[in-house]
Amino acid sequence: MTSGLWELVLKGVWVTLQLLVCSALLAAAVSFVVGVARTHRLWIVRFLAGFYTEVFRGTSALVMIFWVFFVLPLAFGWQLVPLWAGTLALGLTYGAYGSEIVRGALNAVDPAQAEGGIALSFTPWQRLRLILLPQAVPEMIPPFSNLLIELLKGTALVSVMGMGDLAFSANLVRLALQESAEIYAYVLVIYFVIAFVLTRGMRGLEKKLKAGVGKRPEQKIVVSEPVGGGVK
Amino acid sequence: MNWDWQAVSDFMPQFWDGLLVTLQALVLGSLISFTLGLVWALLMRVPSRWVTWPVGVLTEFVRNTPLLVQLVFLFYVLPEWGVTFSALTTGVVGIGLHYSTYTMQVYRAGIEAVPVGQWEAATALNLPLRRTWTAVILPQAIRRVVPALGNYVIAMLKDTPMLMVITVLDMLGQARLFSQEHFQFTEPLTVIGVAFIVISYLASLLLRALERRLVH
Repeated sequence: MTSGLWELVLKGVWVTLQLLVCSALLAAAVSFVVGVARTHRLWIVRFLAGFYTEVFRGTSALVMIFWVFFVLPLAFGWQLVPLWAGTLALGLTYGAYGSEIVRGALNAVDPAQAEGGIALSFTPWQRLRLILLPQAVPEMIPPFSNLLIELLKGTALVSVMGMGDLAFSANLVRLALQESAEIYAYVLVIYFVIAFVLTRGMRGLEKKLKAGVGKRPEQKIVVSEPVGGGVK
Repeated sequence: MNWDWQAVSDFMPQFWDGLLVTLQALVLGSLISFTLGLVWALLMRVPSRWVTWPVGVLTEFVRNTPLLVQLVFLFYVLPEWGVTFSALTTGVVGIGLHYSTYTMQVYRAGIEAVPVGQWEAATALNLPLRRTWTAVILPQAIRRVVPALGNYVIAMLKDTPMLMVITVLDMLGQARLFSQEHFQFTEPLTVIGVAFIVISYLASLLLRALERRLVH
């Protein structure tokens, strides 16, 4: 492989990382908003949040990407820049998965904690911000770590739409060299290294957050839940 | 936004063809991932580092890299090595291999959840290792993990559109073909999007019923 081709691969890595960060931020925002909404006291809010989760978890991420790229411009006249279209499709889909994690962790907090907040006449917002979230967030980190890896793997899907990410540049190199084993082996290793770094980072974050509420990080390896296991 | 019902009914014959291919890939992929996952899980219990370490690294690697790239890898690299499969076979193998690295963790959890007393009883009865596994441990372990395996089938369903990339005409492949022929993108893509939601919702209802029966 020549240096020019390596440059292409590096550009692909950069696009993949950009997309990963943007869609992870959107997915995190969606997870928290929808996840908290699913524990809301009004049934209509819970219903709407549940509906959102079922729809976006029910469909395939790749179909969603096709929809955002092809149907959105035709139906609503929104032509999005590829990076934002990819971010939107991935963020909304993986945000729906993340909302289940947020909801599960909020429900797992001892009910006495929330009752204590009521007894001290905290407002619902104060209860959430000062009592529930500080205890729930550290528990969310291991499943979120798995979801982040799934999201990284999901970013490869945008290459189908011609966005120049790592998987796309691998295809260009394959066409240039007429030889695929080498470049795809490199690309798989690059993805693996990114995933490894992310896992390590999340483990460090978990340790730090759990120390903040006086807990130890989980010793055993967490069995990753499948992304989108349907209704629970 | 204009919705054309005519396009929907024109797309329907192709939709059923695509659905058939998707379900085919799903069933075969599930079978491969269930068997291969069990093989990995059992290999990980072999008391030798020379077995567990390579298997651990390989499965970790497959689990943490995108299925899309793996599919393309198999599709282009296997012929270079002189192995030629049809696109659908390659896809099924790719999906099965990818998800076997997940089901292996499910099996492991199931095997670890079998109470120690069962192992001790097998030892006390002087059962050979093979009988211990096939008659005592695995029947109990697998019963426990069926719902979790079902979850992976649903996850797999949502990954089958990736087969389109290696020229398999699954639902998404058919939808793309139709849109390019008729220049109507909205209807076919929406139809298959809804189809995925409906199928995975039905599957998860089915799974919940199964779970209630198995986990008494």
